Amino acid sequence: MTQYLIKGVRVLGGEPADLLLRDGVIAEVGTGLDARGAQLVDADGLVALPGLVDLHTHLREPGREDAETVETGSRAAALGGYTAVCAMANTDPVADTAGVVEQVYRLGREAGLVDVQPVGAVTVGLRGERLAELGAMASSAAAVRIFSDDGHCVADPRLMRRALEYVKAFDGVIAQHAEEPRLTEGAQMHEGEVATRLGLAGWPAVAEEAIIARDVLLAEHVDSRLHVCHVSSAGSVEILRWAKARGIRVTAEVCPHHLLLTDERATGYDPVFKVNPPLRTAADTAALRAALAEGVIDAVATDHAPHAVEDKECEWAYARPGMLGLETALSIVVEVLGPRWDLIAERMSRTPARIAGLSGHGQDLVAGAPANLTLVDPAARWTVDPAELASRSRNTPYAGMTLPARVVATFLRGAPTVLDGKALR
Amino acid sequence: MTRHLLSAADLDAATATMILDTAQEMANLAGHQVKKLPTLRGRTVVNLFYEDSTRTRISFEAAAKRLSADVINFSAKGSSVSKGESLKDTALTLQAMGADAVVVRHPAAGAPHRLAGWVDGSVLNAGDGTHEHPTQALLDAYTMRARLGRVAGLHVVIVGDVLHSRVARSNVLLLSTLGAKVTLVGPPTLLPVDIATALVPGISVSYDLDAVLPDADVVMMLRVQRERMTDSFFPSAREYARRYGLDGPRMRRLPEHALVMHPGPMNRGMEIAPEVADSARSTIVEQVANGVSVRMAVLYLLLGGKPS
Ligand SMILES: [Zn+2]
Repeated sequence: MTQYLIKGVRVLGGEPADLLLRDGVIAEVGTGLDARGAQLVDADGLVALPGLVDLHTHLREPGREDAETVETGSRAAALGGYTAVCAMANTDPVADTAGVVEQVYRLGREAGLVDVQPVGAVTVGLRGERLAELGAMASSAAAVRIFSDDGHCVADPRLMRRALEYVKAFDGVIAQHAEEPRLTEGAQMHEGEVATRLGLAGWPAVAEEAIIARDVLLAEHVDSRLHVCHVSSAGSVEILRWAKARGIRVTAEVCPHHLLLTDERATGYDPVFKVNPPLRTAADTAALRAALAEGVIDAVATDHAPHAVEDKECEWAYARPGMLGLETALSIVVEVLGPRWDLIAERMSRTPARIAGLSGHGQDLVAGAPANLTLVDPAARWTVDPAELASRSRNTPYAGMTLPARVVATFLRGAPTVLDGKALR
Repeated sequence: MTRHLLSAADLDAATATMILDTAQEMANLAGHQVKKLPTLRGRTVVNLFYEDSTRTRISFEAAAKRLSADVINFSAKGSSVSKGESLKDTALTLQAMGADAVVVRHPAAGAPHRLAGWVDGSVLNAGDGTHEHPTQALLDAYTMRARLGRVAGLHVVIVGDVLHSRVARSNVLLLSTLGAKVTLVGPPTLLPVDIATALVPGISVSYDLDAVLPDADVVMMLRVQRERMTDSFFPSAREYARRYGLDGPRMRRLPEHALVMHPGPMNRGMEIAPEVADSARSTIVEQVANGVSVRMAVLYLLLGGKPS
């Protein structure tokens, strides 16, 4: 196996050092390293981060291969600096059996660009009626640990309680898409001034907050782990803060778009800005940024949601919700948090790896650690061109925006998946 | 004049006044037995209706024909649009047909905005979901001006299901632009979030119809669908009518000169009592006639100045 000697890289923005990657691990860290036969990577001016881990990715395969495949989504992930992604279960067929999660897992291995960790559905067919075979998925080759009906809320409180309890047997976690469905019937965007002006039905923040409040109490009651997907409102942050102070075992993620964009983007009715939960107000983005920095929100997750052109080039109400995210997430986070590399590593790599139980990821770049890392040019600025994205879809909300920081290289177990900003396969 | 009329917010006071003045001229010509003007000869106006609204379609059709335009009715029923053709594909078809203006009625808010991005011609919003219906607001303002001599300074009370009303949104915007004072009245469930500030500043909101009537120059009653009660917006049609319907005793609380308007179609006995709808204060029949003049003016101003 080829060795790689990364020269002069600033690990987490620290002093320049050399990293020697050999046999899938970081063999040596030091200055002036020399290794005969190693391929040199000039990393002068670059920052090294542990490979990013995404808790929330929609790869669309099986079922909507016209929008994304495991391979194209993996390529987008690698280009975004990721070495592991958690593939959501709302595929067709739904990933609610050992067979489907193993299929996705295998496709991920075959693509070989990131570790694809399947998420299993909580309920059969995401229908919210009865539990899927969670144990079978946990003990499958895919070793599922995160279960989610994402796209749908596990709205039935009794079913949610059972799910939280049941997965304790194999250290699973329920990742809840928090949306009280009765409060969001027909909802199109954040309920507020802009929705009123545009005549679009509102998605009130309380529909998210009510479920989070209920679920943290359930998690406390049965002493289970809860993970909250894509937190979008200032009110949700306050509930999470309360729950954590109380010692409840809850973790939460926020998406880059909820950190940067607001509901004002809906003006003009371009559904590229339609997402669930919806873009909210500037007060919400400010609260989410503060919560992410503080740790009330544990992780950044992309909710990368590719959609075919016809599902977005239409009336707002008929468009599917969701946005691309993998190739822009790191830049957005740098934009909102600044170049706080250790904090970024914590929120985008170490903590999500821990939540997902991915022990080979999210480790500090020290000798002996798995060689999962990404090299970032902190000085680069780049303009998002949808046509240049590796995703099979084009629904990025950042088209034309100029963003800071660019991924130059990504290594998965010591082998490059991205070099010079280009995917190697 | 802008290229499209998507929202009443597209109109500043000068432009809105010019439309109302032009509509007046159109009405005068009609009064002098001039049935057709040659202004839009050779121009094509497409009525693209995704919702059944015979009244609005006929009004636009009559307006376009009186300006000598070629009119194509493209209704959702029995055409490719009901067979699942996308709005964008339909737009490309209209583009190929050389449509100079597309009058669109659509159940989805913002559909006219999307269409405007895909065709070269002018797009007129003839009602999009629960968003706007700007020509209805223009004809309402026209009617007020015809009856009361002005719009500026009037106190207009809009009553009912503001949440689901495109008429209300367009009226709030246009009437404010023209200097009227607007009060919205309805049960809290039917007044959208932040409505006092969402559209324009200076809007008043009340839950008490009786309290605002003595101070109203115009009361505009919105259509309230009985089905709203099954979704618990209010308990029953009877309770709604009692609290927010305009009946005879309530009408008599209005100042002598005050008008009663309704965009139609009415639910008699629900938001408006027959005695009120048929009273001398009611402008409901005039509103229909004025609709044609106002739509002629809008088409004329959007298309008339352009080379064919
Ligand atoms: Zn979700």
